[in-house]
Amino acid sequence: MSETPAHRLPERDRPWMMRTYAGHSTAKASNELYRGNLAKGQTGLSIAFDLPTQTGYDPDHELARGEVGKVGVPIPHKGEMHTLLDGIPLDDMNTSMTINATAAFLLALYIGTAEENGVDRAKLQGTTQNDIIKEFLARGTYAFPPGPSMRLIADMVAFTVTEVPKWNPINICSYHLQEAGATPVQEIAYAMSNAIAVLDAARERVPADQMGKVFSRISFFVNAGVRFVEEHAKLRAMSILWEELGRERYGVEDPKHLRFRYGVQVNSLGLTEAQPENNVQRIVLEALAVTLGRNARARAVQLPAWNEALGLPRPWDQQWSLRIQQVLAFETDLLEYPDIFEGSVVMDGLVGELLAGARAEMAVVAEHGGAVEAVPYMKAALVDSHRERWRRIESGEQVVVGMNKFVETSESPLVDEDGGIMTVDAAVEAHQREAVEAWRAERDQAAVDAALAKLREVAADDSQNIMPASIEAARAGVTVGEWSQALRDVFGEYRGPTGVGEATAADHGADLEALREEVGRVGEALGRTVKILVGKPGLDGHSNGAEQIAVRARDVGMDVVYEGIRLTPQQIARSALDEGVHVIGLSILSGSHKELIPTVIDELRAAGVDVPVVVGGIIPEADVAPLKAAGVAGVYTPKDFDMNRIMSDIVALVAAKGGVSTPA
Amino acid sequence: MSVPAPPSAGRGAELGVRLRDRDLSAAPATLNLVESRTPADREQTAALLRELSPAKLGGEAQGHVIGVTGPPGAGKSTLLSALVREWRTRGKSVAVLAVDPSSKRSGGSLLGDRARIDFDPGDRELFIRSTAAGERLGGLAPATRAAAQALAPAFDIVVIETVGVGQSETDVADVADTVAVIVQPGSGDALQFLKSGIMETPDVLVVTKADLGKIAISARRDLSAALRSLGARDTKVVMVSSVPPPSGIADLADAFEDHRAALDLPGRRLAARRAAALADFAVEHGERGVRGLGGRRAAVKLLAEQDPALEVPALVAVLEAKVAA
Ligand code: B12
Ligand SMILES: Nc1nc2c(ncn2[C@@H]2O[C@H](COP(=O)(O)OP(=O)(O)O)[C@@H](O)[C@H]2O)c(=O)[nH]1
Ligand SMILES: [Mg+2]
Repeated sequence: MSETPAHRLPERDRPWMMRTYAGHSTAKASNELYRGNLAKGQTGLSIAFDLPTQTGYDPDHELARGEVGKVGVPIPHKGEMHTLLDGIPLDDMNTSMTINATAAFLLALYIGTAEENGVDRAKLQGTTQNDIIKEFLARGTYAFPPGPSMRLIADMVAFTVTEVPKWNPINICSYHLQEAGATPVQEIAYAMSNAIAVLDAARERVPADQMGKVFSRISFFVNAGVRFVEEHAKLRAMSILWEELGRERYGVEDPKHLRFRYGVQVNSLGLTEAQPENNVQRIVLEALAVTLGRNARARAVQLPAWNEALGLPRPWDQQWSLRIQQVLAFETDLLEYPDIFEGSVVMDGLVGELLAGARAEMAVVAEHGGAVEAVPYMKAALVDSHRERWRRIESGEQVVVGMNKFVETSESPLVDEDGGIMTVDAAVEAHQREAVEAWRAERDQAAVDAALAKLREVAADDSQNIMPASIEAARAGVTVGEWSQALRDVFGEYRGPTGVGEATAADHGADLEALREEVGRVGEALGRTVKILVGKPGLDGHSNGAEQIAVRARDVGMDVVYEGIRLTPQQIARSALDEGVHVIGLSILSGSHKELIPTVIDELRAAGVDVPVVVGGIIPEADVAPLKAAGVAGVYTPKDFDMNRIMSDIVALVAAKGGVSTPA
Repeated sequence: MSVPAPPSAGRGAELGVRLRDRDLSAAPATLNLVESRTPADREQTAALLRELSPAKLGGEAQGHVIGVTGPPGAGKSTLLSALVREWRTRGKSVAVLAVDPSSKRSGGSLLGDRARIDFDPGDRELFIRSTAAGERLGGLAPATRAAAQALAPAFDIVVIETVGVGQSETDVADVADTVAVIVQPGSGDALQFLKSGIMETPDVLVVTKADLGKIAISARRDLSAALRSLGARDTKVVMVSSVPPPSGIADLADAFEDHRAALDLPGRRLAARRAAALADFAVEHGERGVRGLGGRRAAVKLLAEQDPALEVPALVAVLEAKVAA
């Protein structure tokens, strides 16, 4: 038998796990979707939960309004979990759950459901995302303060390592950092610093001889942007740092334990509303970044869809993205070779640069006292990086084909009357509200009360593990809202830092100078500096747009009130009144604008605040007219990337409202 | 007790009457007015303050004006969030005037304090307003003095958050009945300033972030020792934690009440009005105007000779008359 030559593999590699991030409306509808996706050749499940489930509110909670079943599936209790997983072989399935603040409870529901179906917990495979630091930095579905949140994570690590040994209790996420504007160096450094914080916390809760195993259960969830060569280098750099960390900081020796394992969702931030078909090319190239080099290849991949910036994908859109993976894995020769970058001068050079940069930035985080203490620092650094990214796009320094260059286009046949997106039936919310009320009425309330009392007791006692009591609660029929409220009662609540205060001032472009003049002139005529409230109503955690708008408003000379994410319409109206703002800008990307924007406007009227309101975010064309009819003065979507133009519109609105004459 | 403003009275006087009647819903409009720089609005502001003079009120405004100052990041806003909760459970109405330090790049500011202060949007007895600071670190926004004077008759507590390190918190001392300096454990600044006499002894010293443990305890110990050696026996040092579970908050609220109870209120308020008049005059007429009065000391002396019952606009008028003469 002939030797395999060095440039070939003895046998073709097995493909990575292929997933589609999915879930919407109800557990039943999502279950059907999952079965359909599996039939199309998807090899693992990736569950998208709705925002109430992610932030720990039941469908009938005030804060859940407009969000139930919207961007994911509502799973408030074990009944819904059973429906969601119906007919899916849990001893065989690898399930990724994008769940963080409430991860312990959702894992409890998953375990409880499996066991009630006769599947032993030791057989369960999958991942709970469970990375809270990146929620504070980028994603926004946190619920408890940092200290208790880290303890919940450590509890889950300690519990799963013996009880659910094939489970990845946490996915350290660099994905969301890039989506919030991180540079590759920041992405690496903050993710690794985050991992250190988690491992340090876990070290205190597991026996020393288990650390190798614990280390090996930590996987990553990364991003890959369209600069795919550098992005591949980033993954190689991460695997080097990870191994180093294992050896040096945690004394891990087994090479199997030291392997850097990661899943990916490729970059979505760079996917455009303008000429959305171009997103397909971007996605393909980004998929290459995480698959090209065998030494740093993804274990699991999920791809966004061509219509990412328009709204939620339909099953067909997701199928297209799954097919991209399948073509890459099954049609090309990608999986036939050893690492194709071995010995590449370019690759090694890039890796070296990234490593140096990341080590320096990790040292800065360490100086702040570690990732938990450095959250405000890192958040501000991300906002600032994003500000810089946006500046490059606006100035044309960074080319975005179809948006700031080559913008001429023929009519697109892709977007038809339905807007080319999936919309969730508004009736879902009312139905879910009733369903959860019915669930509460039917269970054994004494058992629920006992389970919640036990949960509070365990939460208050740092030496106990939260998981057994959570599984008990899940079995008793406790809801995610009740579980979370019990912990909120014990731990308190927390608002993450906004990061906007420290952002560097924009360069003095000519555009900006002219705008400042105008803002100054209008302010003088009005008697006070033009003051704007940038508000984020509801559970939506997409803060990028609001942050950058807030920073730009400051840079053109306005006084800016921005209180961060997750405000009720009443809070926004009250702030607008007390602060005496001249204009209000609301940002919603999660799709709840139809419910929430009119409510904010009603609240403003009730408070006697009569100022222009503008709205930005993911607002489908069809919703613009109704919003304007409700009293909105202007609507902005991702294609309006020139923020100075937005500012100029806003000043004009303020001037008109205040009776300030137009400039001479 | 209230005499309604005559129908011909302007917005300023109307707001003044509402505040005198402790109508808290007048607060937003009052701030919009006192912050305004148009000549017409400045006149209205003067009219508003005239309605709230000790003579019209029949004594000093009942509210307790508290200044909270310290370096950025010391934990002032977070502390206010906890204090507001404490005061509200004690049944006190509260106005928070947050003077945001963010430097005035481009003339605009990001006003970040509000984001740290939890509030119930339905609570009509709580008012929170952020304003951009003046050019100077630790300076008060020009309107903040007027705002504090206007709101003090209506609210039980008017608390002003400013950034101050070392000697630059004197502005807030001019306005407040009680000044608290907020110290972050581990930073020796306050201690140094205190020892070297750069910083005037505050009425209350607050060590934040008690949850950090040892480092907070040693900060309190060092500050107490420094105060003893300065002979400042009246200054209380309170250690607080503002993050859950909060601690020391009730003690701090008590310390404020105790200070106020022991205070010569009319004396302090009189000094505040006179300082405000001089500051307003300086904003309007600049340093040159102050020189026209024969310098700051002469101006202070002139003010000291005036009728203690005069409200700020009347005092400004006295100064202006002097320059004109
Ligand atoms: C980045 C991103 C994220 C980041 C957010 C990071 C952050 N801190 O903001 C991360 C990865 C965390 C994230 C998470 C999620 N995301 Co997301 N995300 C995006 C993405 C790719 C880009 C949004 C963005 O930041 N753009 C850059 C900023 C600067 O642009 P912008 O906000 O659009 O702002 C511009 C205009 O809209 C306007 N504007 C915006 N706000 C305002 C405000 C004012 C006052 C004014 C005047 C103008 C204005 O001006 C800006 C300049 O042009 C979009 C898709 C896309 N390409 O647009 C999906 C998208 C918004 N996400 C989506 C979803 C579903 C989610 C999740 C809810 C998924 C889940 N089930 O868990 C999570 C949870 C997030 C949460 N907590 O709410 C959906 C929403 C679907 C819908 N509306 O129907 C989208 C559309 C993707 C998709 N097609 O599925 N996401
Ligand atoms: N550990 C701890 N952190 C606190 C406490 N109070 C405030 N902080 C944190 O200190 C930082 C600055 O707080 P902030 O109130 O904005 O400070 P300010 O600039 O003085 O108003 C924030 O990150 C707060 O979360 C506290 O009591 N304990
Ligand atoms: Mg503050």
